[in-house]
Amino acid sequence: MPINYYIFLSVALFCIGVAGVLTRRNAIIIFMCVELMLNAVNLLLVAFSKMHHLATVAINRNAGIDGQLFVFFIIVVAAAEVSVGLAIIVMMYRNTHSVDVNFLNRLKH
Amino acid sequence: MGTTQILFWFLSILALFSAIMVVVSKNPVHSVLWLILVFFSISGHYILLNAQFLAIVNLIVYAGAIMVLFLFVIMLMNLNADTEPQKNKWLKIAGVVAGGALLLVLVAALKDADLKNQIAQTGQGEIGLIHNLGMALFKDYVIPFEITSVLFLSAMVGAVVIGKK
Repeated sequence: MPINYYIFLSVALFCIGVAGVLTRRNAIIIFMCVELMLNAVNLLLVAFSKMHHLATVAINRNAGIDGQLFVFFIIVVAAAEVSVGLAIIVMMYRNTHSVDVNFLNRLKH
Repeated sequence: MGTTQILFWFLSILALFSAIMVVVSKNPVHSVLWLILVFFSISGHYILLNAQFLAIVNLIVYAGAIMVLFLFVIMLMNLNADTEPQKNKWLKIAGVVAGGALLLVLVAALKDADLKNQIAQTGQGEIGLIHNLGMALFKDYVIPFEITSVLFLSAMVGAVVIGKK
């Protein structure tokens, strides 16, 4: 497949994630939209790695393998991030009995 | 149109539709289920690109572990469509316009890029297989791999400390 298609698919998924972060007030949904953005970037990294592999396979048999390993590390970091983030959201829910991010503006008072 | 093209368009449309449904669903549980569908279609894309290890890891870690964590938290808080906080109409429109403007800028910047001859290899190539990825992971990337375990330990300790008080 031409790399253009993957670029535009990833850009569209990323922008849907951005729009979700801006339009929702539920902290958990906002978090899920961040995951959506991470996945869009992962898809683009894999597509680029396969593009690079096809272009330079004659020189280096393992060309493009770094991109896929970066995706692996991004998944690992995302898993750690989700566990800490959900713990913070649960703590916030215990204190305010709500997951509405607009309640968090009391931090400024 | 070959099988690869048909599968690509099917998976792309499924991913985009499910992603939009994640954002517009009133009920948080439905959002989680749509997001699982997004992850499945992205895993399908990985299989199409012959990145089989990442496809399975994506399914196990994202669709299996992370989404179950989200579902548990949502069920623990008893969230549903009635308790869902809504932004007012104008803020929603502003958010969608901002996201659309970002999409417009990126597409306008990328549509004239000279990528016509660049093809992402589908259905073949061996770099996505677990043998090659494992060799690279434990030869060139062994230090980051070990540091990852420290990251996980600190995340685990952090989650327990935050959740306990």
